[in-house]
Amino acid sequence: MMTLNQQRKFKTFVTGAFAWLIALLLFFPIFWMFITSFKTELQAISVPPSLFFEPTLDNFGIVQERSDYLKHALNSVVTSFGSTLIALLIGVPAAYAMAFNPTKKTKDILLWMLSTKMLPAVGVLVPIYILSRDYGLLDSRTGLVIIFTLMNLPIIIWMLFSYFKDLPKEILEAARMDGASPWDEIVKVVLPLSIGGISSTALLSIILCWNEAFWSLNLTASEAAPLTAMIASYSSPEGLFWAKLSAASTLACAPIVIFGWFCQKQLVQGLTFGAVK
Amino acid sequence: MKRSITRLLMAPSVILLLIWMIVPLSMTIYFSTIRFNLLYPGQNNFVGWMNFEFFITDPGFMPAVLNTLILLISVLIITVVLGVALSALIDKPFFGQGIVRVLLISPFFIMPTVNALIWKNMMMNPVYGVFAWISQSLGLEPIDWLSDFPLMSVIIMVSWQWLPFAILVFVTALQSQDTEQKEAAQMDGANGWHIFRYLTIPHLARPIAVVVMIETIFLLAIFAEIFVSTGGGPGYDSTNLAYLIYNQALLQYDVGVASAGGLFAVILANIVAFFLIRAVGKNLTV
Amino acid sequence: MSYLTITELQKHYDSYHALRGINLSITEGEFVVFVGPSGCGKSTLLRTIAGLESSSEGSINLDNRDITELASSKRDLAMVFQSYALYPHMTVADNLSFALRLAKVPDSEIAEKVRSVSASLQLDPLLDRKPKELSGGQRQRVAIGRAIVRQPKVFLFDEPLSNLDAALRVQMRLELARLHKKLGTTMIYVTHDQVEAMTLADRVVILNAGQIEQVGTPLELYRQPNSRFVAEFIGTPKMNLIEVSDVTRQDEQLSLDIGVGKIAFPNERINGPVPGSIKLGIRPEHMHLVPEGGDISGKIELVEHLGSEAYTHIQLDNQQTIIVKAPARSNIQDGQLVQIKLDLDEVILFNESDRVISKLAEDVSHA
Ligand SMILES: Nc1ncnc2c1ncn2[C@@H]1O[C@H](COP(=O)(O)OP(=O)(O)OP(=O)(O)O)[C@@H](O)[C@H]1O
Ligand SMILES: [Mg+2]
Repeated sequence: MMTLNQQRKFKTFVTGAFAWLIALLLFFPIFWMFITSFKTELQAISVPPSLFFEPTLDNFGIVQERSDYLKHALNSVVTSFGSTLIALLIGVPAAYAMAFNPTKKTKDILLWMLSTKMLPAVGVLVPIYILSRDYGLLDSRTGLVIIFTLMNLPIIIWMLFSYFKDLPKEILEAARMDGASPWDEIVKVVLPLSIGGISSTALLSIILCWNEAFWSLNLTASEAAPLTAMIASYSSPEGLFWAKLSAASTLACAPIVIFGWFCQKQLVQGLTFGAVK
Repeated sequence: MKRSITRLLMAPSVILLLIWMIVPLSMTIYFSTIRFNLLYPGQNNFVGWMNFEFFITDPGFMPAVLNTLILLISVLIITVVLGVALSALIDKPFFGQGIVRVLLISPFFIMPTVNALIWKNMMMNPVYGVFAWISQSLGLEPIDWLSDFPLMSVIIMVSWQWLPFAILVFVTALQSQDTEQKEAAQMDGANGWHIFRYLTIPHLARPIAVVVMIETIFLLAIFAEIFVSTGGGPGYDSTNLAYLIYNQALLQYDVGVASAGGLFAVILANIVAFFLIRAVGKNLTV
Repeated sequence: MSYLTITELQKHYDSYHALRGINLSITEGEFVVFVGPSGCGKSTLLRTIAGLESSSEGSINLDNRDITELASSKRDLAMVFQSYALYPHMTVADNLSFALRLAKVPDSEIAEKVRSVSASLQLDPLLDRKPKELSGGQRQRVAIGRAIVRQPKVFLFDEPLSNLDAALRVQMRLELARLHKKLGTTMIYVTHDQVEAMTLADRVVILNAGQIEQVGTPLELYRQPNSRFVAEFIGTPKMNLIEVSDVTRQDEQLSLDIGVGKIAFPNERINGPVPGSIKLGIRPEHMHLVPEGGDISGKIELVEHLGSEAYTHIQLDNQQTIIVKAPARSNIQDGQLVQIKLDLDEVILFNESDRVISKLAEDVSHA
């Protein structure tokens, strides 16, 4: 017979082992991509798959040469960080106003904003394409930044709104009694208090932009293409260049994956969407 | 604070979103009623419902609608069910919990194009893929996933991507679950399953609504995964609405029909959104 | 001279009429306490004065200036919240100096003021801590300190002590009284606690359902309530009310039949004509258990021993229950039959609409 303590330990062990198993399974494709990027093309398609091999860095060099990785990476960084920053600048005041001065219409406005996000991109692809073309925004980072900003604005406002909503109202009132103007109130009280929520919102927005594929594929060509579009050029069926493909993919994902790992705690704290009390 | 300041603060967002919604949408509506093919410029006469008829009678139409819905519903079910189970599993501390968490959420950071390429090539390739090798080692015939089960392949890829998002949100939600409540339940004789069923699940009701809502927004518009992996085929087996419209517009240059299709997608999204927004709207505390 | 004047103040929430015509004037340096049952509008009135809620109608004047439409930040009032509402991201020192920094007071002056406040509230060792590293009592002192540094025109308190334990509450109550004496600043204080109201207040405002029921010094309210609501609200345990079944006129006095005996009441203590239906009110501390010769009699149902005194619940012969305050060690037991003597001078009479119709005994005899 096991004692209660042993039973408990055993249970923890089993759950832990199970969780590890699933986590490793789900992570496997990423691991495999990473490993393959250090193989030669021949090793990459060997059956059975080779686990032990002499790693080579050649693929990365070839990718940089063939598709100018650094240029596309820069495009990704500029578009995702730029649009996130702009969306926050526009979204924070709106979320603040709705959270702290709600009217009867606030809820409707918020739901309307979310519903614009429901408009499928394909539905407006042609007009946006034509407008971009007419205003010279095709294959430009400016064009992508504008689209990304508008695309994520509703979700950003929603997240911020639910975060602000959870701030204790009395603290803001205390600030008002202390003589704080609306501007002081936002800058000296609301922002410092919601820094967690704002950074988690920013994180999510950056991730969504970095990984956005529809507009990137359709509105950019060689100049402004971010990494998502660069990778698509490796999807051509002819030839099996898995090692290079993996190297390109690893390069495309590594920045955001590492970024995501570092900010994981932050992200977990902020993703409540007001759904948790 | 004054009403006018409130308005002022909201104005940029509201105006931008209004433009973002109205301008392209009205252009789409306009295009959908005219003949507009990029291959035949200048012949933009009014054609009424013809583009709609054309789109709806397209042999790809019905499969695309069905595939869109099947994709949406299967991924929602998979991610929510597994997401709840897994987040509950990793909620209690165990050895390496932090690392497990990081591993589990990693796929969310992978871009859809890469996602599709990894799965299509390194996992699902019938000759050199990892799955094929596993089948062979077990003495089974390898499966050609993308040709034989194209829609399911897409579902697997998309679920793999969105499961971590569900886990992230649920883990966040579980952190706020009242431990005293659980302890009280334990004192009342509840076992692990009871606690999960009667405390955890109700606690997750709102986060689930949120996950369903956000995922729906993205799932209705799934494009890159199909574009990169199956190309919508074979036939129309893995074509969804987004991909069908894309085909019309950019491959057949028929903007008129594509716009009609776009409107159709908008309508479908609105039907889904209507139910969703109402469900989630109830859970929004304003 | 009135310092803060509230005129015909009305407040409507969407569907709820929270303040129904408040008129009140407060002189400079006064300590005014708002009491009333839960939901009667105390906080709403305080917050409207603070400018945190807008008023629907009426006006507020402070120091000869109409502040009805002025933003809270410009009213020069300080508020202490029930939840303290300290800024969680700032240290105690920063919490204390926040308002001064906003007002662009020179640094040296800020330092001086913060030092003197923190010394007087014993906050010195806590200055570098964040609010979450403080105990409830310490947070309370910081909240008060934050209000004091600014030297505002009026202090507003919304149940500031209600989150503290009993001992700390008594201590903080004393500190507040001392503070008021020292600063001499006008204070408005909302509380549920009668003891706080009676001990702190120069004047007490009793609110009921969005209206002022009565304003007066604590003693006035205790001795001369003008309605049954006030009479019952002030005093623990509550005033006993006994239905008068029959009134007989004699020469100089009325004989009130309360079912279990007759009570004589001087005619001249009645204000105006004698109404048909009368209720008699008497506080538990104005009745005494006597061996014999009481005005009424009954059976002891239950005794609550408080140590310093005992509340005896007595069932009268007509089944009505009243409470009598008895000395701590009176030798009484459940079920015992007792006689009760009333301090007739302290009896108060109410008419059918629960207004008081009797005058104080001493006012009449002096006349
Ligand atoms: N924002 C609001 N919207 C609608 N009604 C409100 C609002 N705030 C308060 N009320 C209502 O106004 C009335 C007075 O509320 P108030 O907070 O002033 O009561 P209170 O006297 O302070 O009570 P308590 O002693 O419980 O704090 C209550 O009936 C309350 O329900
Ligand atoms: Mg209150």
